[in-house]
Amino acid sequence: MNAPVIGQPIKRKEDYRFLTGSGMYTDDVTLPGQTYAYFVRSPHAHATIRSIDVSKARAAPGVIAIFTGDDLARAKVGGLPCGWLITDVNGQPMKEPPHPPLAQGKVRYVGDHVAVVIAETLNQAKDAAELVDVDYATLPAVVNAGDARKPGAAVLHDIAPDNTCYVWALGDKAAVDRAFAGADHVTTLEFTNNRLIPNAIEPRAAVAQYSRGDDAYTLYVANQNPHVERLLMTAFVLGLPEHKVRVIAPDVGGGFGSKIYLYAEETVITWAAKQTGRPIKWTAERSESFLSDAHGRDHLTKAELALDKNGTFLAMRVITTANMGAYLSTFASCIPTILYATLLAGQYTTPAIYCQVTAVFTNTAPVDAYRGAGRPEATYVVERLVDTAARETGIDRAEIRRRNFITQFPYQTPVALLYDTGNYEATLAEAMKLADVAGFEARRKQAEDRGKLRGLGYSTYIEACGLAPSNVAGSLGGRAGLFEAGEVRVHPTGTVTVFTGSHSHGQGHETTFAQVVADRLGMPVENIDIVHGDTGRILFGMGTYGSRSIAVGGTAIVKALDKIVAKGRKIAAHMLEAAEADIEFDRGNFKVAGTDKSVTIGQVAFAAYVPHNYPLDKLEPGLNESAFYDPTNFTFPAGSHLCEVEIDPETGQTRIVNFTAVDDFGKIINPMIVEGQVHGGLAQGIGQALLEACVYDPESGQLLTGTYMDYALPRADDLPSFRVATKETPCTHNPLGVKGCGEAGAIGAPAAVINAIIDALAPLGVRDIEMPATAERVWRAMQNTRELKKAA
Amino acid sequence: MRAFDYHRPATLKEAASLLRKNENARALSGGQSLIPALKLRLAAPAALVDLGAIEELRGIKLDGAVLTVGAMVRHSEVATSRDVAIGIPALARLAEDIGDRQVRNMGTLGGALANNDPAADYPAAVLGLGATIHTNKRAIAADKFFLGLYETALKRGEIITSVAFPLPKRAAYAKFANPASRFALVGVFVSEGAGSVRVAVTGAAPCVFRAKDMEKKLAANFAPDVLAKVRVPPDGLNSDIHASAEYRAHLITVMAKRAVAAAVAGK
Repeated sequence: MNAPVIGQPIKRKEDYRFLTGSGMYTDDVTLPGQTYAYFVRSPHAHATIRSIDVSKARAAPGVIAIFTGDDLARAKVGGLPCGWLITDVNGQPMKEPPHPPLAQGKVRYVGDHVAVVIAETLNQAKDAAELVDVDYATLPAVVNAGDARKPGAAVLHDIAPDNTCYVWALGDKAAVDRAFAGADHVTTLEFTNNRLIPNAIEPRAAVAQYSRGDDAYTLYVANQNPHVERLLMTAFVLGLPEHKVRVIAPDVGGGFGSKIYLYAEETVITWAAKQTGRPIKWTAERSESFLSDAHGRDHLTKAELALDKNGTFLAMRVITTANMGAYLSTFASCIPTILYATLLAGQYTTPAIYCQVTAVFTNTAPVDAYRGAGRPEATYVVERLVDTAARETGIDRAEIRRRNFITQFPYQTPVALLYDTGNYEATLAEAMKLADVAGFEARRKQAEDRGKLRGLGYSTYIEACGLAPSNVAGSLGGRAGLFEAGEVRVHPTGTVTVFTGSHSHGQGHETTFAQVVADRLGMPVENIDIVHGDTGRILFGMGTYGSRSIAVGGTAIVKALDKIVAKGRKIAAHMLEAAEADIEFDRGNFKVAGTDKSVTIGQVAFAAYVPHNYPLDKLEPGLNESAFYDPTNFTFPAGSHLCEVEIDPETGQTRIVNFTAVDDFGKIINPMIVEGQVHGGLAQGIGQALLEACVYDPESGQLLTGTYMDYALPRADDLPSFRVATKETPCTHNPLGVKGCGEAGAIGAPAAVINAIIDALAPLGVRDIEMPATAERVWRAMQNTRELKKAA
Repeated sequence: MRAFDYHRPATLKEAASLLRKNENARALSGGQSLIPALKLRLAAPAALVDLGAIEELRGIKLDGAVLTVGAMVRHSEVATSRDVAIGIPALARLAEDIGDRQVRNMGTLGGALANNDPAADYPAAVLGLGATIHTNKRAIAADKFFLGLYETALKRGEIITSVAFPLPKRAAYAKFANPASRFALVGVFVSEGAGSVRVAVTGAAPCVFRAKDMEKKLAANFAPDVLAKVRVPPDGLNSDIHASAEYRAHLITVMAKRAVAAAVAGK
């Protein structure tokens, strides 16, 4: 009973439910009288809507209602808000064009919402949707970030005639310019950070219900943060009293960021549920997910690193254009700024950094946070620069990193962050040992004998998790709080229900959080249930994104546990007829110091709810405590990823033969779950580096990668068996010492993979390659250098 | 998916009659292309005639110098058939690498040929082995069967019943898979048979085709090196987000060499 539970690879409590098909996902919710919504979407990337004729559709069998943008405008339904205000280099607020849930007058990307058809069955809704007659006047489209500001480019929004949302900058430009002027060497790279489509296994879904009796709404939605969803929807869009709307995010099958946001679909059906008086279900088809889930990444960057003759980094200059898509999604504006430029110090002591970001509108789906959210883009910039600089200066790639590693903590970067702790040399050394770097040259030689090119790539990344604190975020434009809420309810018989504002959609919180409680209260994890994802049951919480759950949500639970123990101590003191100061608590037992007199948490709980022998004059009955926790700083997980590839020079095909990840996530609650999170992140990072690319046709703006026939997700056989290990430097500012692990794989991996490919191809003269490094791109890179050599 | 009538005839005759009578009827074999198209509303036939209950379309038979595979034989059956392994092992290996396990358990030889997807694997084997396609009406030589993008010599109401593959002396298939769909970005089937060498290329063009320059070189000397400098011109090859025509042209040579090497090695 009293063995430590933290640090144990306990099997996931939730898996029995998932593996036996007894999970409860949004699409599993079926309400009496339920109807089905189907959205009419724009087939054009950019067009004005001349007229919409719904008369034929309205007469189709089973149709209950059809609504268009005009109906919503008449009902004074507002636009979807953006949760982060970026102030530009001139002190002006970013351009926030209206984002009506159903298009008004104009559509701006293929998949944009034009009308909703609500019918008795889904097929009837789809049949009727085909009868909605929309008269479009098509307009030229612009889809690439690099084209958005060109003269003559199509203009999406009147308030942004140059398609520019903002030009923002961070860092001391003058200091950077000075450092570059005096540098011995400057490394320059230009690259694209490829646009990705999130692909959660469960598509987005929502079921909305309105109850006339109490004028209240219930919305089931596949979402990562139900309170935020409710706040945004009620306060900014529908103008509903918040207490009359209950949002339930039940079991959710993956999010990766894409389910943080308030989308048009759930907003429209919540509103329509009252209009029709019937519950309405909408579940995205996979094609709709491709078209309308918020996408990720999509940067164009020019990056420069200045070094002295010893390979010491002097300064970094990064100029990025970030594609926002057609509208600002919920947190779109802070991803390429607050979560990107601030990470450009990486693990290094680079004293001066300047980053300028231009965010542009294009005729594409909105872009927002996707696993890593800004940090993979920053890591890619830093780690590609560092590797290239090493190659150009002839300094060993591990050595140049070591020479520039931050070794003194806390460390204030020139880009606003204060790293609390870390040990970068230790993770690098461990990764190099695990990856057998010493044996690499021999393996390269063996590969050569087999006609293959072998390369080894490094990526020593840092990330910032648990976005914090609220007041600092607020001063930077954040429009929401960044705390988390937790409530611990000890029942009379000593079992426990925990209510958390964090949301689990694959992360295993029901196990990890139970371990935190079990460890503290000295009971088996089976006695503890974790409840999340329901505004009707839990305190106002901020949900799950940015690898914040254990660091922020876990800490809120610890704070509530502190209160439970504090109150339990008082109750125990009364029960044991001792002074409160003499009561010691250890894993479930309240004990009088220096005696064998003790009571268990279960006995204390029973006394609290059956207060017969209880200090009622001084203490309330019950054992139920809650806490809100606002972090004082980010946490800073960091690590070393080493990738080894083999390239078939005839086809250009790259195969990852080894991948080693040594990560510092601080204290680890459940190493098995952490390893799973790393594996998933690595798969997505490798996917970005080798396979995944969202492609829009530059002329028509049609999405060319709208199915799995064309969008290449990584599969098991694209990936090696990962070598994963951890090193611990506990976080200094939360009681668990935890940092977060959900995004690290996706952050560190892309640069490691590309650096490995470049290492393999460098002898041929290749110095850069675009992601995804498809076989053809690798083959072409080899061809080009061969031709250049021939020409020379 | 839109509503349609569903028929499951027990005989070939009945199936042919249903297809003849209903102009907008489609034959359903394994459904691995047709069902997704129905779901996406890209196809909306008035009726489906499911060929799954017709016994005479099933079965694999190795008889002398010919391997006959029924039209409704699933990819997984070809992949694991002893007769195929003895007669044309390259065909078994090709079938083993089609799609994924679910697709192989449902997809059929006849369905794949009638659909003639430009990136499908089977057309390369059928053309590369010089097989004969038997229908309820006639026998069609592979060279006359594949006419263009999703286009075949089949007439309305004509149903593939089986495919007769002459046994080659040696043969092999080399595929470079599209990383997204795992269809062939380029697949090359080579065979050396009684007095003839065939090289059939799938995935690279709107329709499977024979690389005759390669066949000539190989007829003289069936060795991978003779192909090193033989290049199918990129004009007319597919160019899309997955690969340029130039890269596909390059891959044809690489895959052809690998197929020949595998055939020579008996792999």
